[in-house]
Amino acid sequence: MNSNSNTATGIINGIISNLVSIEFSGSVAQNEICFIQHNNVNLMAEVIRITGNIAQAQVFESTRGLKIGTAVQFAGHMLEVNLGPGILSRKYDGLQNDLEKIPGLFLERGSVSDPLDAERQFDFKPLVQTGEKVQACHWLGEVKEGWISHKIMVPFKFSGEYVVETIASQGSYRVDETVATLSDENGTIHSVTMRQKWPVKKALPGYLKKLRPYKLLETGIRAIDTLNPMTEGGTGFIPGPFGCGKTVLQHAMSKNADADLIIITACGERANEVVEIFKEFPELDDPRTGRKLMERTTIICNTSNMPVAAREASVYTGMTLAEYYRAMGLKVLLLADSTSRWAQALREMSNRLEELPGPDAFPMDLSAIISGFYARAGFVELTNGLTGSVTFVGTVSPAGGNLKEPVTESTRKAARCFYALAQKRADSKRYPAIDPLDSYSKYLEYPGFRDYLDEKIEKDWALKVEKARDILRRSVESSDQISILGDDSVPVEYHEIFWKGELIDFALLQQDAFDDIDQSTPMGRQRYMLNLILEICDAEIRFSNFEDVGKYYKSIINLLRQMNYCEFQDDSFKQYQIEIQKILTSRVEKGAA
Amino acid sequence: MKKIYTHLNKITKATVELTAFDVGNEELAIVDGRYAQVVKIAGDKVTLQVFSGTEGIATNAEAFFLGHAPRLAVGPELSGRYFNAYGNPIDNGPEVDGIITEIGGPTINPVRREQPSELIATGIAGIDLNNTLVTGQKIPFFADSDQPYNQVMATVALRAEADRIILGGMGLSNDDYLYYQSVFENAGVKHRITAFINTTDDPSVERLLIPDMCLTAAEYFAVQKKEKVLVLLTDMTLFAEALAIVSNKMDQIPSKDSMPGSLYSDLARIYEKAAQFPDGGSITLIAVTTLNDGDITHAIPDNTGYITEGQLFLRRDTGVSKVIVDPFRSLSRLKQIVIGKKTREDHPHIMNALVRLFSDAASAKTKQENGFDLTRYDTRTLQFAEQYSKKLLAIDINVSIEHMLDTGWKLLHQFFEQNETGIKADILKKYWNHNEIPVQ
Repeated sequence: MNSNSNTATGIINGIISNLVSIEFSGSVAQNEICFIQHNNVNLMAEVIRITGNIAQAQVFESTRGLKIGTAVQFAGHMLEVNLGPGILSRKYDGLQNDLEKIPGLFLERGSVSDPLDAERQFDFKPLVQTGEKVQACHWLGEVKEGWISHKIMVPFKFSGEYVVETIASQGSYRVDETVATLSDENGTIHSVTMRQKWPVKKALPGYLKKLRPYKLLETGIRAIDTLNPMTEGGTGFIPGPFGCGKTVLQHAMSKNADADLIIITACGERANEVVEIFKEFPELDDPRTGRKLMERTTIICNTSNMPVAAREASVYTGMTLAEYYRAMGLKVLLLADSTSRWAQALREMSNRLEELPGPDAFPMDLSAIISGFYARAGFVELTNGLTGSVTFVGTVSPAGGNLKEPVTESTRKAARCFYALAQKRADSKRYPAIDPLDSYSKYLEYPGFRDYLDEKIEKDWALKVEKARDILRRSVESSDQISILGDDSVPVEYHEIFWKGELIDFALLQQDAFDDIDQSTPMGRQRYMLNLILEICDAEIRFSNFEDVGKYYKSIINLLRQMNYCEFQDDSFKQYQIEIQKILTSRVEKGAA
Repeated sequence: MKKIYTHLNKITKATVELTAFDVGNEELAIVDGRYAQVVKIAGDKVTLQVFSGTEGIATNAEAFFLGHAPRLAVGPELSGRYFNAYGNPIDNGPEVDGIITEIGGPTINPVRREQPSELIATGIAGIDLNNTLVTGQKIPFFADSDQPYNQVMATVALRAEADRIILGGMGLSNDDYLYYQSVFENAGVKHRITAFINTTDDPSVERLLIPDMCLTAAEYFAVQKKEKVLVLLTDMTLFAEALAIVSNKMDQIPSKDSMPGSLYSDLARIYEKAAQFPDGGSITLIAVTTLNDGDITHAIPDNTGYITEGQLFLRRDTGVSKVIVDPFRSLSRLKQIVIGKKTREDHPHIMNALVRLFSDAASAKTKQENGFDLTRYDTRTLQFAEQYSKKLLAIDINVSIEHMLDTGWKLLHQFFEQNETGIKADILKKYWNHNEIPVQ
């Protein structure tokens, strides 16, 4: 929908919770924004159904005290975000209000604030010349936004070809100052500022084509990078019952992932978890660049007690910002915690609209909505030949921990990586609780990605990963046998197989998210560890009895864990390395003798 | 002049409908002398939820609107007082003179929140050692109905050194109500208590107001008076069941376990009021969610678990005949903020090692029960587990955290080798022989 100047007006004629009915005159569009003029504040709402001259709208605020007959002004556009320099490091609510700018301890109804900073000056550098032909999303110039060079683009809403009439010279400008004028095919002049708007529910164009992801996106988490790798522009999801560490895992990713920008959407989750990011990220260093983590992080914060309808908007807001930075050729990681809360917001509205419910009372089109959203991520080629990416990882909070519920099932169809968090692992404090066998990364099957691993990590890396997975799988089988038949009644080899799996689990999969060193493992070190572990697994040792097996592996595991706490290749690391080699040599010889 | 309506169009078990103008959403009304609240407006048809039920209400009953949503007078006079769900005194005391405040007020701006950082010591090792609580946290006890959750909660409340304790009783049995009253009076803390009580004798829908009443009072003390406020809500399962009743009467489509689709948001709105405020005040929320035979997959505990910052499970350890705080299923999400930082550095390490070994003991126990031979290691873990339950996990323990840590090291020393603990080398080196005093 294009903004139309003949905006409609109406009056409230029905209220149930945050759903209102509006009797309107004029024309109203589906998903159009309107403002309810309640006392002295404007309550924002979004049209979600129209029947005759009655529009039903979900209100983004509490409707307490609202009365029949209250005037409503329609805005003529859908829910939009402001795009321009100054987004980085901000803390927005789901509707992109800058939370820092809202005064007072509490969020009073109708509080709004400018997402960008109208007064701040940016150093603009032109990238085009007058007379040049340009199209939507073409880079006109760039400004320094923190450490990134933020591209000022031809507005995404412009269609067709334009000619640059004027372009601002190098210098300082505010976001709302004209930096370029463009003429369209009819000769009409359009002025362009550094601020543009885009409706969040529409995918932002701004790329030539989508490519098949093939590059590894390092997260520093061994259970992901080694066993179930994520790609740049890939999609993944993390389902898990509460208490399994979904949020800790996402925080670890946001701290350590090798991305240019991180956008975190706290969607209907706990406020204290976001506060943790607010307080810690400005202090923590990004290990890759030495800059503060907050410098690359933007937070969309619509916690569980904030209005439900804005919760639904928050994931779209996050995605649109991510797409905007992708169009500048950046590597963006978008995290959403939790997409189930978004789905629940959809359910609440569907329920109030008295739509016929689908499974578990979710709307029937839930699956389509989720897959449409995941499809907005991706690795893209821009019109200028450069690439950019939005990698999306969402958490899912399955009701009752049951992975057969509608949100998990719909997401499974849409996302390519599956990081299943297991209650059993969490109960025995095996963190991260990513189940090594249930989880998968479809990218490991992509030939382009395997070539990339061969080249960047080592030849046949994917085969080694598969070998490790096989060991884990056999370990579980052996463990079952042992617990059915008893320690003594199975061959000693069963214990060996079982302990090899434990070795991989304790030394590779388990990782201490709260330890300064262990929390993030660079790929080079992961390669070293996997090779060392496979070497240990391959060593042929003869054990006298099953207790000997346990004792041997426990001592090795203990040494490997101590290694994980040391700086890579420092003195104590090497010391443990020598000890392991000693044990290996002595046991292998003894075995042979 | 109040307009008095004398005709009801429609009466259901929980709601009435009448024709009225100029009525605000969520406004309170009095219908036939009973409190009611606007839940739906369609043109000039206003639907009211009557809290105490509609039994005996006639079509010509008198109804009038109060012009405001439910509210509470807040002020220092709330101290030492007991109220019902509407905020009216039930202790024969006078009406409270204070600032009239609408309950269920706006949410705190997340950027104004402080990170919770102050440890709450309870003396119970199952909490302080394994699941440390922090001011500004929200955490429920998940307990079966036969477990002594009210006693444990009262103990925690008294030991927690809060400036103020606000008790919200929902469907509280009269016996438990009297129990709380006597515990608070005997401990000499009555002046620090404010209670909003809905007992099993009161209409169930009324209890929907209890949490908001408690939290409005809590916000007054935490924000205006900068106090450390502890809010106790028992039992949130009965609160959720009241939500389900109302939603059902409003013809809403139920989702899982017959609960309303908005259960998550409804519960989150309450629990998220827990906060550490910038000026030093805080609201810490400890709730009880009773379970049906330990089933945590039911929609009520399940949604709660996703909202709260952890949960505490009580369990009877038949081996030592004591109620313990279950170390496997319990969790305090905020403990990472304080353990090893506000407490001794070895805290996280010893905590994890003990729980891991206790889990080994659980496997050994399964083996034993299935009639398999135990290894020497299995036997040692079983011996350890018994001591661990008795000396640390039991809820009747009342010792300092320092003492808990020392006891932990003693137990490791007594039953295990250094390399069986999985503890970081530098910590082991420093604390393995740290104290030679015997465990009392």
